[in-house]
Amino acid sequence: MTMEKKVNIIVVDVVDDEEIVRASLTGWLEEDGYRVEAVESGRKALERLPEREWDLMLVDLKMPGMDGIQLMDEVHKTAPEMLVIIMTAYATVDTAVKAMKKGAYDYFVKPFNPDDISLTIRKIVDHHKLVQENLFLRKELKKQYKLRDMISKNEKMLEIFDLARTVAKSSSTVLIQGESGTGKELLARAIHDESPRMDAPFISVSCASLTESLLESELFGHEKGAFTGATALNRGKLELAQDGTLFLDEIGDISLKLQMDLLRVLEQREFRRVGGSELIPINSRIIAATNRDLAAAIEAERFRADLYYRLNVISIHIPPLRERREDIPLLVDHFIEKFNIEMGKEIRGISEGAVRILMSNDWPGNARELRNVIERAVVVAKGNIVTESDISLPSAASAANHRTKSLEEIEKAHIRVVLNENQWNIVRSAHALGIDRVTLYNKIKKFDLKKEGGAAKK
Amino acid sequence: MDHGILEWLREEMGDCLMATVRILPPIPVPPESFESRRNQHYSTKILKVMLGDVPQDALKLLGVTDKDLCIPILTYVFGEAQVGGTAAVVSLARLRQEHYWLTPDRSLLLERLRKECLHELGHTFGLVHCPSRDCVMYLSNTVVDVDTRGRDFCRGCQTVVASNTATERRG
Repeated sequence: MTMEKKVNIIVVDVVDDEEIVRASLTGWLEEDGYRVEAVESGRKALERLPEREWDLMLVDLKMPGMDGIQLMDEVHKTAPEMLVIIMTAYATVDTAVKAMKKGAYDYFVKPFNPDDISLTIRKIVDHHKLVQENLFLRKELKKQYKLRDMISKNEKMLEIFDLARTVAKSSSTVLIQGESGTGKELLARAIHDESPRMDAPFISVSCASLTESLLESELFGHEKGAFTGATALNRGKLELAQDGTLFLDEIGDISLKLQMDLLRVLEQREFRRVGGSELIPINSRIIAATNRDLAAAIEAERFRADLYYRLNVISIHIPPLRERREDIPLLVDHFIEKFNIEMGKEIRGISEGAVRILMSNDWPGNARELRNVIERAVVVAKGNIVTESDISLPSAASAANHRTKSLEEIEKAHIRVVLNENQWNIVRSAHALGIDRVTLYNKIKKFDLKKEGGAAKK
Repeated sequence: MDHGILEWLREEMGDCLMATVRILPPIPVPPESFESRRNQHYSTKILKVMLGDVPQDALKLLGVTDKDLCIPILTYVFGEAQVGGTAAVVSLARLRQEHYWLTPDRSLLLERLRKECLHELGHTFGLVHCPSRDCVMYLSNTVVDVDTRGRDFCRGCQTVVASNTATERRG
């Protein structure tokens, strides 16, 4: 039975200026199985603080130099969760109330009734156990909400996670649809990481960012001398993804000719390099993604129906963030944790007001946009809590100024402003807008935006 | 101190710990341990004095006193021991029924004393309080607790005592 006790040893820090008090309290607590360290002043207690994870502090109220309440204040600056019991021989209602208001867990008048202190410390041990259990359960729960780097507690998303885990075991082609920033590539990577192909490469191709001929050579590779400038043999992404996963992002943006070529590859499971004659078999899994409405594109004859059916073996539609607002707090915690590590910060959480602001936004750029807002908030946060003032969203006032304009006009104007602010650096501008590069290229094309004094840099 | 009680205790402790137990000549309770404001004696100060007087061949030294004991931060204690050390002291004062305005009961007093002495000696063998109510090492803050807890070590605590006794004897 004694073994069970040792697991839950609680550390009590006795700060008392009378040696006999320290010795007797220490001895008495040690008999009860606690690990006790006694120091004679508040200053010494503060020095010892970083040495170990203290669970409880018993502090004498009257000490020379720093008194018990001052010490408690100091301790709570760095360890807000520390439980402090104030002890005093000269009790007044005022000091007791002050101590409790300042955050003391309890207040004892010396000498104590042995039963009182036993009971209080037992209560603390139980509390400590519950806190530990709660932390453990929260972590366990979080695991259930996770698929690799994706996190959600939305029912639809959890179904998607389940489907992804199942699909991962097969080699079926997957088509992921969803708005920009919903995490299509993350899901594709998760499927790859959960699959038996996890040790083979995951190759990603952004179809919208390349011209037709470049994309063809990018996908299929080319033989030496296939065209002017082809000075050496170049293996394409299809070849590089051998045994692994080929992720074709923005598949809705490829030309009809390439659609034809890709269809042939999917049907015959083999291809030729540009300018080559050798047939190369492929055994990689293909995952395609798009933010376009492919059904409408088929209707408008911009996308081949037969390719669509080839790709759409397993179809996954990721809902936009505004349709799963319950994920916002979860994602916020996830991003804060991530940026804490990346930036070496110690943000502990986010204020209720800040969460309210985030919950009421529509997030056109989805989780990616939310991530950018949190990244900025973590950078600018002064304390260890993200507050309303750290959150920067497009303000309602600036939107109101554009009331007479259409949404498209505002979007176009805003993108132009951001591009100019970033000297047309696409990566930085896309980051600021909370969209990916490919989407930005598409918007530049769509709105026919041009760099003042030259063309858009490609 | 009633010599009959000490003689009885010597036999009981000898049986419980399977050890030779000797009664030493009485020593006065150190005057510096007296706390006049509380009319009690600080047990920690008594332990300090006892430690200066441990016979060379003794493994443990148990003091028994009629004085009411306390420590500065607690209103009273039944006894005190050094965890994993040599000395322990037990008071009869609060084990007597008379202390609670009840009719004296010698056999109850002896039973309580046996439990308290075994409990404090258990601490000197390195034991801390045991979560089992059936074990003599269960924490007792009141005389009711003393009466309701077990009169011997549980199996776990017994093992620790046996193993530590062997180690200390070898040392």
